[in-house]
Amino acid sequence: MDLILVNLIDGLVTGLLLFMLSAGLTLIFSMMGVLNFAHASFYMLGAYFAYQISIYLGFWMGLLIAPLLVGIVGAAVERYGLRRVHQYGHVPELIFTFGLALLIEELVKFIWGNDQIPYQIPEILEGAAFSISSYDIPAYKVFMIFLSLGIFAGLLFVMTRTRVGMIIQAALSYPRTVEALGHNVPLVFMGVFGVGTALAGVAGVIAGPVLSTFPGMAFVLGSIVFVTIVIGGLGSLGGALVAALIIGWMTTFAKAYNIRMEDILTGVGFTKPEPIWDSAWADLWTLTSPQIADILPYLLMILILVFRPYGLFGKRDV
Amino acid sequence: MQSLEKTQTRSDGGVSMKSAMPWIFSAVMLVLMPFIFQSNSAITIMNQMAITIVFALSYNMLLGQGGMLSFGHAVYMGVGGFVCVHVMNWEIFGSIPLPLLPLLGGVFGMILASMVGYFSTRKAGTVFAMISLGVGELIAACSVIIVVFFGGEEGVSGDRTYGMPFFGVEFLSQIEVYYLTAGWLLISALLMYLFSRTPIGRMANAVRDNPERAEFLGYSSRWVRYNSFVAAGFFAGIAGGLFAINYEILTEENLNLTTSGSILLVTFLGGVGVFFGPVVGAIVFTLLQTVLSLETEIWSLYVGALFVATVMFFPSGLAGVMQLHIAPIKLGTWRLLVMPYIITLVPAIICILGLSGLIELLFHARHTAIGETEMTLFWVTFQHTEILPWVVFAVKAVVGFWLARKNAPQMMDAWHRANKPDGADT
Amino acid sequence: MRTIVKRGAVAALSLAVMASAAFAENVKIAFIDPLSGPFASTGTNGLHQYEFAAEALVNANGGVLGGQKFEIVGFDNKISPKESLIQLQVAIDQGIRYVVQGNSSGVANALTEAIDKHNRRNPDSRVLFLNYSAVDPALTNEKCNFWHFRFDANADIKMDALTDVMAADSSIKKVYIIGQDYSFGKAVAAAAVNFLGAKRPDVEIVGNELHPIGKVKDFTPYARKIVASGADAVITGNWGSDMLNLGKSVIDNGFKGPIYTYYAAADGITAAFGETGKGSLRLVSEGPLNPIASERAADYVKAFKAKYPDGNVSQARITNVIEMLARAINDAGSATDVVAVGKALEGMEHDSLWGGKIMMRPQDHQAIQDVHIFAHTNEGVQFDYDNSGYGMVVESSVAMASADAPTTCKMQRP
Repeated sequence: MDLILVNLIDGLVTGLLLFMLSAGLTLIFSMMGVLNFAHASFYMLGAYFAYQISIYLGFWMGLLIAPLLVGIVGAAVERYGLRRVHQYGHVPELIFTFGLALLIEELVKFIWGNDQIPYQIPEILEGAAFSISSYDIPAYKVFMIFLSLGIFAGLLFVMTRTRVGMIIQAALSYPRTVEALGHNVPLVFMGVFGVGTALAGVAGVIAGPVLSTFPGMAFVLGSIVFVTIVIGGLGSLGGALVAALIIGWMTTFAKAYNIRMEDILTGVGFTKPEPIWDSAWADLWTLTSPQIADILPYLLMILILVFRPYGLFGKRDV
Repeated sequence: MQSLEKTQTRSDGGVSMKSAMPWIFSAVMLVLMPFIFQSNSAITIMNQMAITIVFALSYNMLLGQGGMLSFGHAVYMGVGGFVCVHVMNWEIFGSIPLPLLPLLGGVFGMILASMVGYFSTRKAGTVFAMISLGVGELIAACSVIIVVFFGGEEGVSGDRTYGMPFFGVEFLSQIEVYYLTAGWLLISALLMYLFSRTPIGRMANAVRDNPERAEFLGYSSRWVRYNSFVAAGFFAGIAGGLFAINYEILTEENLNLTTSGSILLVTFLGGVGVFFGPVVGAIVFTLLQTVLSLETEIWSLYVGALFVATVMFFPSGLAGVMQLHIAPIKLGTWRLLVMPYIITLVPAIICILGLSGLIELLFHARHTAIGETEMTLFWVTFQHTEILPWVVFAVKAVVGFWLARKNAPQMMDAWHRANKPDGADT
Repeated sequence: MRTIVKRGAVAALSLAVMASAAFAENVKIAFIDPLSGPFASTGTNGLHQYEFAAEALVNANGGVLGGQKFEIVGFDNKISPKESLIQLQVAIDQGIRYVVQGNSSGVANALTEAIDKHNRRNPDSRVLFLNYSAVDPALTNEKCNFWHFRFDANADIKMDALTDVMAADSSIKKVYIIGQDYSFGKAVAAAAVNFLGAKRPDVEIVGNELHPIGKVKDFTPYARKIVASGADAVITGNWGSDMLNLGKSVIDNGFKGPIYTYYAAADGITAAFGETGKGSLRLVSEGPLNPIASERAADYVKAFKAKYPDGNVSQARITNVIEMLARAINDAGSATDVVAVGKALEGMEHDSLWGGKIMMRPQDHQAIQDVHIFAHTNEGVQFDYDNSGYGMVVESSVAMASADAPTTCKMQRP
């Protein structure tokens, strides 16, 4: 029972982090129809900027300033890069963001080197917050949960209760009409892109110490972010949250409980071949749930795309 | 108007000397190449180029001709290659001549494509791209789990010399493998070109441009896309078979997202709108990867920058840029371009060299060991602590940029004039 | 259009291939390992160690065969087997006869087979493969060949030594084994089960788990399982970021016992663990720096750190590779007849710079040497890693570990 509770908390942390990353991406997509392949790269930039700032000003200043910097970089990319490529169509846009992801990774390697950099948790958050029987819950994880929930609440508030949010929601569905009404839609686009990437930056700042900060961190997380927003439904913030949580819990529980294919197969009635290493089915028999935990989201995505291309809560047709 | 007749291409389906010329020329070049570059490593690099060309051409069947952006194309090449390596390890290999092996790879690539394509080609665009990404990642992840077929981390290896001797050739030496690869390259490229000229190839273009209109004509865009997909899978499998013959080992690397991503880069760099675009892209990219990486540690930074520049400034790719010049050459006005090009592009090149020199200096100064201040760039050796190299490169960059900027309007003007049939001023 | 491109290719290729003028006076050694990409730092550090060893141990003493110097030529394989094969061909074309490689058993497997085939098909340009770090046991068992020599203790030898030490510790009753899901991780797990079963049948193996290599970002679920199992000790062969993340996660989530590892040192890992690793982290390896074996060894390390302040003498066995190769060349009387050099190398007994002897077994070309268990600590550290103040201090040693271990190698000699 305790283990289930602990795994729920662990899965929640993973899911909320994934949500912060995918929230920006799904907003950008529903706004501009652009699937930003470089989104995870902004996450990486957030971590690196925060590390650099934290050397001089400390972790908290890094948390404050780094996302702003990332947002500015994102807005600049939109204004000078994406807008230019937009005229060529959707596929060149995708390819541009793909190339951008490559370029950002190379630039990071150029400036900070290839190694993992020692971006640490601030001292005040080290150690365990509390324990459930013998399992420690690190204080940093509790911090992560509260920060992510806070950001989600803030985002929800802005989107549904403020004027800017109304304009953005309208531009999400009917950009031409909003433009005809006199709003500066290109500015809105730039702003949304900037905010979306800033969100990714925040995710980087807080995930950097836990998931380690190295030039490959964008690549490692890149594809799972797309899986999240596709499952949740492109354009839907709520969908992104639900999908992120599903993925977080699914992967955590699959790793926590060693469900072995051997047990399932013998339970159904097959007999295990001996010796196991010579059999052609050896891989199937020795399969355990932790091995496939990380590929379960891809399976889920393919199933959803085949049977329900809108995703769980999607509004816009992909 | 006199030269327009010459610019019309034959559309009555016959084979003329003119359309066969490029193929004959390429065949002759392929035969002669090993006599120009005789070292084994050069032949190895040429083999790598040939394999990449076949793979890129098959990818372009999807991207350029079908408008389908796929992020998981590497799996078809990988699976085809894995099957071939497994066959190399079986008893039956002794009675199969090696030249037939890529065909087997192609068949299995095609089988996998027909299974995946069944549900992935329903829609084009983002859905297709996402499914291809998911399938690609899934199969790549499975490759370390299904050790029986994929061999786990070390992959599967075989020996190509155990096949049945083909007219006495046992394929022990690199040069024999080169001719086999070159032969398959020619055959595959020809087949893919002919495919693009068939009705189904043409319909793939139509479906790419306007699926709704194609449906009104009575064609099912879904099945047209499916056929393109399966054919692309076949040729990717052939590339996989060639890889297996050349390297005699296949690993998880052949299936992963990095390989799928790099073939996208290669194809786009070369140009997706022209048939031979991927050929150009493959040659340039292989050269960059093998030769440039021997010269500098930050070669991938240059490749990334080149890619982004291509997307932003000339999305028709290198081949597209070359194609732009056909009109002036045919109209005879290309002479107008020579001077403006020289005065604009030469400073631009100097600017780029200056910038890259600065970047190399920066990198060296920041990341090398203490005491190692010596570095060699452009055949000149110097210390990175000296101020002179910095100044020289900075001056080159600034002056080059300024000159190029100043002369660019002249080049644009000459370009416009060159494109008018009688060389008239705008 | 094709002409222009192909002419450009001609020019570029000929420049590249002609650019390397072979000096007949130098004995060239090709270093094929990652010099760019995620493992660049390990590879570059290894290259520096080779260059320093060649300079300080051979060239400074007059070289080999009366004056020929060792020259280390680096080739970047970007950790890819395919790229390694291409670079191997480039190296062979430059007339290089000796190839060293070590990072990744996957690459080592590809290289050993490729070199075997090449030597068979091209008897006049044969090369030797000096494997200094790839520890998959298969390379000196079913995949052995005459041209491959391994200078590191393989995974089985290390586990044998480790379990000797663990068997003597009566406080260890439950052990958890976790590793990366590929041949090396599986080899470590299988060896651990075998040796523990033979030496301490009373020890209960409460977990034996493989995780996808390089893909797990968050090890918390695994750490929870380890704590839940009540294990007294953890054994893992993880390396790189997998080692760092697993170790930190396990310690953060409440595990207090010793963690026995193969690769938890240097390359930024020692600095990243720092205080947290003290008291838990253990390493099974060769080449002790603390305590240092001799003045000569201490001077060597100091000189290396002076030249590369950010580097580490993390793969101490590299000095053995260089010294033994030099001796073999001198004994054989030729640097180009690799068969003779190979025959001189097998069976050689050499005094290691780091204390003790090293012997190259002729039956499988596996080097036998002293293996030590180190503890990660900041006490008694004369030479630290990553300039962190923390280093590896010897806790226990096994002399000439596994000298009589069996092998399935059926070596065919030329």
